[in-house]
Order: sequence, then C-alpha cells, then structure tokens
Amino acid sequence: MQAQADLTYYYDGSFDGLMCCVFESYDKQEIPIDILMDSAAPQLFSGKSIPTDPQKSSRVLASIPKKLGSAALNFVKHAFLTCLPQKELYILLFLRRGYQHGPQIMNMLTDEVVNKLFKAVNHLNRESHLLKGFLRFSVCNGVLVGEVAPKNYVLPLLTQHFCERYPEERFLIVDKTHGMGLLYQPYQARVVPIADLELPEIDEDEQSYRELWQLFYDTIAIRERYNPECRMSHMPKRYWKYMTEFGRPPGGAKPKLASFGGKLLNPAAGEAPN
Amino acid sequence: MDVFEKLKILTDAAKYDVACTSSGVDKKASAGGIGSAAACGICHSFSADGRCISLLKVLLTNVCVYDCKYCVNRRSNDTPRAAFSPRELAELTINFYRRNYIEGLFLSSGVLRSPDYTCEQMIEALRILREDYRFSGYIHAKAIPGADNTLLTRLGMLADRMSVNIELPSQDSLRLLAPDKSKHAIFSPMSHIQKSIQENSRDVVKYRHSPKFAPAGQSTQMIIGATPDTDYQILNLTEGLYKKYRLKRVFFSAYTPVAADSLLPAPDTKPQLWREHRLYQADWLLRYYDFAAGELLDEQHQNFNPYLDPKCTWALNNLQFFPVDVNRAAYRDLLRVPGIGVTSAKRIIAARRTCALRIEGLKHLGVVLKRARFFITCSGKTADGIKITENNALRSLLSAKTLEQYRFDFSRQQLSLFDQPPINFYPGRMYEHAGAGGPNLLL
Repeated sequence: MQAQADLTYYYDGSFDGLMCCVFESYDKQEIPIDILMDSAAPQLFSGKSIPTDPQKSSRVLASIPKKLGSAALNFVKHAFLTCLPQKELYILLFLRRGYQHGPQIMNMLTDEVVNKLFKAVNHLNRESHLLKGFLRFSVCNGVLVGEVAPKNYVLPLLTQHFCERYPEERFLIVDKTHGMGLLYQPYQARVVPIADLELPEIDEDEQSYRELWQLFYDTIAIRERYNPECRMSHMPKRYWKYMTEFGRPPGGAKPKLASFGGKLLNPAAGEAPN
Repeated sequence: MDVFEKLKILTDAAKYDVACTSSGVDKKASAGGIGSAAACGICHSFSADGRCISLLKVLLTNVCVYDCKYCVNRRSNDTPRAAFSPRELAELTINFYRRNYIEGLFLSSGVLRSPDYTCEQMIEALRILREDYRFSGYIHAKAIPGADNTLLTRLGMLADRMSVNIELPSQDSLRLLAPDKSKHAIFSPMSHIQKSIQENSRDVVKYRHSPKFAPAGQSTQMIIGATPDTDYQILNLTEGLYKKYRLKRVFFSAYTPVAADSLLPAPDTKPQLWREHRLYQADWLLRYYDFAAGELLDEQHQNFNPYLDPKCTWALNNLQFFPVDVNRAAYRDLLRVPGIGVTSAKRIIAARRTCALRIEGLKHLGVVLKRARFFITCSGKTADGIKITENNALRSLLSAKTLEQYRFDFSRQQLSLFDQPPINFYPGRMYEHAGAGGPNLLL
C-alpha cells in the first residue's frame, strides 16, 4: 500500500495518541504521508485530526506483544522517546511491517524502516548511558539537583538507575531540552513539567567539593599523553556545559591551593603523615 | 596539610595506574544505604589525555619503603609526601559519589611502615565505606604484595575487584628495575586472590547470602617500553594470565619517564602509545574474538606492525582463509574478517535469518565495507565483482595517511612492497633499524 500524498495525521503528542493513529491507519486502510502534533498548527496542509481514544489505543497496545513479541513493544516505546525526525511515521510503518512479518521484524535490520528506528534507539540508549555518568549533582539544602540538555527524551531511562543509586536521597534531574524534571524522594519518583528553574546559592561545602573535583580532574591527566580528540570523541562537547569539571568560577580563577609545607616526611621513620 | 593538598599529591602519584574501570558487577544499594554498580561499567568523565575516569583513583599514601626505579613514589625520590586518614578518604569518596562525579573508589598505596600495616589502613577505609556509610558502589583495591593472606582476604571481602601489578613482563626486567620485588611477591598474592574467588563462588552457591570476595574479579597491569621485552613475550604472558589466574583484564601502560636512571629509557622518551594501542587490540582479540596469542605473533615475528592492526595483519598472512561468505559463515569465522566486529557479526547472524544478505545491506549492520569487501562474499558474490588480491586487500586496510607513510618509509629503504606480495607483513627488520627505544615510525 502506498502512502497517500495528501494525507497527514494530527495527534496529541502522546504515545496513546500515536497508537490511535495506527488504529486509524488500519481501520481506514490508508497510510499517511506524515504524522504531526496538534500543536504544529497552523495546519497548512489539510489533514486528519486523530482523537486519542483509550479503548482504541489499548487494543493496539495489546496486539503488539501478541503479534510482534514483547521485544517489539519495548522497542516501539523506546523509539517514541528518540529525537528521530518523523519518528511517529516510522513507528507506524514499523508496526505495519511487523503485523505482516511477526516477531521476525526485530531481526530485519537491513530493512530501511527497521534500520532507521534501530539507529535512533541506539542513539537514545547511548545518550542515556552517557548521561548516567556525565550528569552532575549539586547539593542544595540537602537535595541533589542536576541539569541536563539531552537530544533524546532520556528521563524515563535514567529513573531506575538513579533511584537505585540514591534510594535514601531526595533528588531532582531537570531536562532543559524537553522542559521536564524527574523528582525523587524515598521511595517514589515522578516526572513533572518544569518550565524554568533558578538554583539557590550554593554553600561553602558544595563549593569546596566542586573545587576538589576540578583539582582531581586536572591532576589525573598525564601531560605526555595529552589527546583532546580522543577526549572529545568519548565525551562530546555539548555535554560539557553542565559538568562540574569544566565549570570554572567566574574570571577563570583556578581552585585555590595552599603551597606545600616544604617539610618532607621521612618514610624511613615510619611516621604516618597527617 | 589540608585535603586539597593531599588530594593533589595522592592523585598525582596514582595517575599512572590504568586499571580504572568500574565493570563486572551488578548491585543495588542495600536498605538504608547508598550506591549501585552496573555490569557494563559507567564512565563519569574523560581526562585531557582521553582516558576514562570512573573511579576516584588515589593512593592512601605515597610514602613507600620500596625503591622501584621506574616508580614516582620510590623511597629515593625527592617528592612531597602525604597520606589520607581512612575516614577522610571515605568521606571524600561519599561526597564525590553523591554528586555523581564517580562510580566508586580505586585505592592503591605506597608501602607505609610495612605491607601489613598498609593493608590494615586500606581495610579500615573500606570498612568505613561499607559498614558506616552502607556504600554499595564500586571499589577496586590494589593488593599490597607482602601483606599477610588473611589481610588480603579481608580486603577482598570489602572490594569488588582486586589487582596485583605485574609491572614488568619478564623476570630479567623486574630484577633490573624493581629489585625489591620478586616474581614470587607478585604471583603469590595473585594466586591467593584467585583461590579465594574460586572458594567463595562455591560458598555463594551453597549459602546465598554469604559475602562475596572480589565479585568483579582480578586484574593486573604492566609497563610497556621501559625494558626490551617484545610484544610476543607480553602477549604470551597476557594469555597465560587469563588462563592460569582467570584474570578479568590485563592492562598495559606505555612507559612515561618519571625518573632519570641509567637503566631506564632517556627522560625525553615519548610513551610508546601506538604499541600500547596494538597490545590492547590484540588483548581484545584474545578475549572476544577467539584468537590465540600464537596466531598473532610468533618466534620470528616478535612485534606488532605499526601500520596495521593485529587482526588485519593476521588476515593478510592468512589469505587462504578468505573469502568468508556472510550468509553461511559461523560467528567465529565472521569475527576474523577485517571490518566486522562483535556487534556487526551478531547483527549479521540475526539479520540473515530473515533474508539473504547482500553487500549493500551490510553497511546498515555496521560492517566497515572499506575493509571487509576484499574478504567476504555474499552467497558467492564479491562486492562489485572486485578481484581479491593481496595488494587490493592491503590498500583497503591502510588509511590514505598510513599508506603515504608506509610508502615513504619503504622508499627510504629502497624497497617497494607494492612490487612484491605483502606476505609476511611483519616489518621485523625495521625494528632493528629503530634502535633500543623501538621504532618511532608513526609517532
């Protein structure tokens, strides 16, 4: 079946809404040329607004693990979080192919649609993995607060990791790109919209740990092996903005370092230095 | 001395240690505690030299009773000395950990007073972390050679990974540069750790909640380029360590001069980074690609090729093995094709269940066709009907820049390899020209 050149679906931007688009596509035996969010209005092109109907979406959702396997359902949910342009259309095309081929679809890596989505999901997974390491918290009034600006919507993929890491803490992770935040307090997590966040002044304790970390970061590098390209390929520059080791105090001042006392310990005497 | 100074001195002294990964164990925080660990390991930053930072890598103290010539902490070196108190170190670790700077702690130490005393101090730091803070994050502890086995066992019950540095790949080199260390002093703790891991894994099967001894296993590292040991010797030792001691990783560290000594390479010697890189590539081939050390190097060819990675060198010397048909070949055979790695080999196996693969489709799977196309067929067909010859294959394996360098080096020796089949592509002779420091051809 060919996509209809004059047919665009509009949906509300939710996963359920997208599932209703899939329903519609089967119900009317048609393939849209694109699927856009309602808010993408003014609608220059004529299109169909697909209302979100929980009954229809749950029928589609139930059919995916049955016909395509549970791996495919997980895959589609992840694909929805990616920053792939036209991800909605690709998901619809993926599901249509999947209903045709069954669970095999997950192995059809040379298929153009499947491949596009696999690459997008890999990109999402890689970014969320990197952010598990690159995210930095500041301790503000006993709460851990961190900001990120990811390309993909990774918050749902970070939730479990950070909840398991800090079960007794209260923390907030703000996704500046998508205007969302992950709020955690022992033992509950919530994702909420956060428009703008002004961080309170940091205290002396926080400042000194930041400086200690910067000192460690600078000291651990071996001058003779300086290799900025290698660093950049492992840690792309767009992540640096929110990382403590690159955030120097205004004026580019370096962390203060008291000079060495000048007194060298005599190891032979076996005295523990303090 | 404040904590800034201590951190600077004790980080500076630990920075040459390379075994700083956080992989091999999966854990969640215990009730009322803090910290988890992911089996794949998590890098938290990359330093200016491009190496990953995942652990707070420090020494407990850089005071040392030993005088190993290559070591920056040797007794005779005139350097500022410091020591963390166990509690100070534990607090620093937790505060870095809370801010997500690190995945855990890598703790090594100079030998203060005696190996036993040093080991007890390390145990105390780890005990505070595990018991007072209920910390479940990653801890890598360096075994102190010469410490009592019961202390090493205690240390191993608190750590996730343990390591003993081999430092130098041969006994002669060890005698020359680390006269206070003996082969026995290195392998005795290594074998004690291995035995403890084995015994403990049996206990864990029997009693589900028995505490684990170094669950992420054991690793080691050695210095490359300070002594005349060849890649062949190093790689054989590496293979032996994986087999005999069941090590999880062997790390290599290109020698960086930190001390002047008539027995050591000159202080302006550049670290042999390319050689370190080739050894890591070969190490990967041993661990994940089912290669044996003897396939990569042998008595006649003792060093790696500076222009070509070990897998490509193997491929050129074993052209009778190729072409490999991607629609039929076993996983192990796919892995031997230049341009096909673990990920793409797995994808090929999965994808060919759904349809016959063609050359064009392979790119989608992550195969590097520039390299692979001279070594594969798809259901009997080669890419664009190209002819598979040695010269074609060689050209495909070298980047334009390397090719240029390669021609230049050989024209200087009035040799053109392109006039002859590049069989036995080990430039053994070139190493002799290069003198004691090894070849300095690419770097």
